[in-house]
Amino acid sequence: MIRFLLRRLLLTVPVLVGLTALVFIIGRMLPGDPVALAAGPNASAAEIADVAREFGLDRPLLTQYGSYLSGLMRGDFGVSIFTRRPVAEDLAAFLPATLELVFAAMFIAVAIGLPMGLATAVWRDRWPDAVSRVAALGAISMPRFFLGLLLQLGFAMWLGWLPLSGRFPITEDPPPWVTGFLTIDALVAGDGYAFGVACQHLLLPALAMSLSPLATIMRMMRASTLEVLQQDYVLTERALGLSRSLILFKYVSRNAVAATLTVIGLYFGWLLGGTVLVETVFDWPGIGLYATKSVVSQDFMPVIGVTLVIGTIFVFANLLVDVMQGLVNPRVRVE
Amino acid sequence: MSATVAPRQAFRRAAYRFTRSWLSVLGLVMVAGLLLLAVAGPWLAPFPDHVAGSVNTAARFRPPSLAHPFGTNEVGQDVLSLVMAGARVSIVAGLAVVMLGTLVGTVIGAIAGYAGGWVDEVLMRLADLKLTIPGLMLAMAVAAALGAGMANMVFAIALSWWPGYARLVRAEVMARKEEMFVTAARAIGASGARILFRHILPNVATPVIVKMSLDMGFAILTVASLGFIGIGVRPPTPEWGAMLSVARGYMPDFWWMALAPGMAIFVAVFGFNLLGDGLRDLFDPKARR
Repeated sequence: MIRFLLRRLLLTVPVLVGLTALVFIIGRMLPGDPVALAAGPNASAAEIADVAREFGLDRPLLTQYGSYLSGLMRGDFGVSIFTRRPVAEDLAAFLPATLELVFAAMFIAVAIGLPMGLATAVWRDRWPDAVSRVAALGAISMPRFFLGLLLQLGFAMWLGWLPLSGRFPITEDPPPWVTGFLTIDALVAGDGYAFGVACQHLLLPALAMSLSPLATIMRMMRASTLEVLQQDYVLTERALGLSRSLILFKYVSRNAVAATLTVIGLYFGWLLGGTVLVETVFDWPGIGLYATKSVVSQDFMPVIGVTLVIGTIFVFANLLVDVMQGLVNPRVRVE
Repeated sequence: MSATVAPRQAFRRAAYRFTRSWLSVLGLVMVAGLLLLAVAGPWLAPFPDHVAGSVNTAARFRPPSLAHPFGTNEVGQDVLSLVMAGARVSIVAGLAVVMLGTLVGTVIGAIAGYAGGWVDEVLMRLADLKLTIPGLMLAMAVAAALGAGMANMVFAIALSWWPGYARLVRAEVMARKEEMFVTAARAIGASGARILFRHILPNVATPVIVKMSLDMGFAILTVASLGFIGIGVRPPTPEWGAMLSVARGYMPDFWWMALAPGMAIFVAVFGFNLLGDGLRDLFDPKARR
C-alpha cells in the first residue's frame, strides 16, 4: 500500500510543474496590457515602465517564470497588480469559503445520489427508473446560475425563509477563525446560533451546485449496481439463502460505490472550477468570485494563482480517489 | 460497418429504433425548433425592431401579457423577441466550439494514435494537462485576455475542448491501424497521411459524431456561462447568458426578465442532451441497457 501511494505521489510532480508552466504562459503570452491598465489611463510611458519594473514584468519570460517557480516553493504566489496585496494571502482568505461550498454540495449530491441510484437499479425498468433517467438528463441540462437565481427568487425573495446572498450577516461577528469553514468554526466555538446562520447561508448555493453531480452520481451508481448484481458471487450469496437486503446493502452496494468513487472525484474538480458561477450569483466570497473580479480587470497573478490552486486540488482529489479505490478494492493496488 | 447491409436499409433500421424512443424524438424536435430559430429567429420574432435595437421606454418593465408573453425589459423591449433572436448566437457559437474542438482533437488524436512512441507521449501528456484545468476557468482567463467578441470566445472555449476528442480518436485509430485493410493499403504503397485520412479516419466518424451531439448542449451551456459572467458576446447582440445577468439586477420585482432567457438555455441544452443520448443508444450497443 505504501509503495502504491509513493508511486502515485511521485507521478503528480511532473503534472504539477507542467500545470504551472501552462498557466504562466497563458497568463503572460496573451495580448492585453495589464501594466498600462494598472498604471492608470493618464500614465506616461515612463510611469508604465516603472510599474512594469516594480512587478518584474520587464524581464524575459523565462526569468519571470523561474522567479515565480522559486516564489511558489516559498508559498509566494506573487502580488496583485491592482490591490498590491499578496495573492497567497487573498487565496488563503477566500479558499475556505469555496471549499466549504463544494463540500456541502458534494455531501448533498452523495447523500441523495447514492441511495437513489441503488433504488433505481433495484426498480429497473419500472416507472421510478424511467422518470429518473429523464430527470437526470434535465438536471444536467439546468444551468447552475439560473437554478441559483430561481432558488433566490423563491426561497429568499418571495418566501423569505433563507438569506439572499453572502456567507454571514455583515452586521454580526462571525465565529473566531480556526479552519475558515464558518460551520465548523461555529461548532468549535460552541456557538449554536452562528452555526444555524452559517448553514442557512450555505443551503441555497450548495443546492444550486449539487443538482448536476447528484444526477450523474445517481446514474453512475445505477449502472454500477446493475453490473454488480450480475456477478456470480451475488448468485452464490442468493443460493446460500442470504436475505435480499443483506446482499444489497452489505455486498452489492459496497462494490458499486467503489466504481462510483471515480466519478465523485472527477466531479470534485469540476465543482471547484464551476463555483465561479454560483459564487457570482450568491456573492459568495470564495476564490471563484475573486477570479471573476481579477479576470475582468485583467489582473493575472490572482488568475494564475486560482487556476493553480484549483488544478492542484484537482490532481490531489484524483490521487485521493485512487488511494480510496485501493482501500475499497485491493485489486487496484497491484495493477 | 459491414458491406452486406445496404446503407439505405441500415439507415431505415436506425431511424426505426430512434423513433421507438419518444424522448429521442422529443430531443430531435427541440433541436429542429432551435435550428429554425437560429436561422429565422429575428424574422419570426413578434417585435423584430426590438431585436434590431430600437427601444420603447414608455413600455418598460411590463409584466407578462398577451402582447408580451414574457414581459418587457428595462428599456421596454419584448423579452420573447430577444430570446428568439438569441438562439442564433448560442447555436452558432456552440457549433463553432464543438467543430473547432473536433477538428483540432481529431488531428492531434490521429497523429498520436498513428505515430505512437514519443509523439504520442508528448501529445497525450499535453491533453492530460488541459484536463486538470477546469475548462471554464481557462476559458474565462483566455476570453478576458483576448477581449470581447464571438470569435475570441469560441477560441477560448475550444482551447479546453479538444482533449476529449483527441483521446477518443487516438483510441479508435490505435485499434484500427492493425487491421487488414491498413496493411493492404500500405502494401500498395500508400503514404502514411493517405492511410490515416482516407482509410482510417472515416471509420472513426461515428463515435466522433455521437460525441459531438452529446457535447453540443454542454458547449451552449458554457457560452451562456461566459455571457453571464460578463465575458463574451457584448450587448446589443442578444445573448441568453448576458440577458440573464442583466435581469439579475432587477430581480425580485421584475422576475420575468430572467424567466425566458433562463428557460431558453435549459431547453436548448436539454434538447441536445436528449438527442445525443438517443444517438449514443443507437450507435453504441454497450451503452444500451
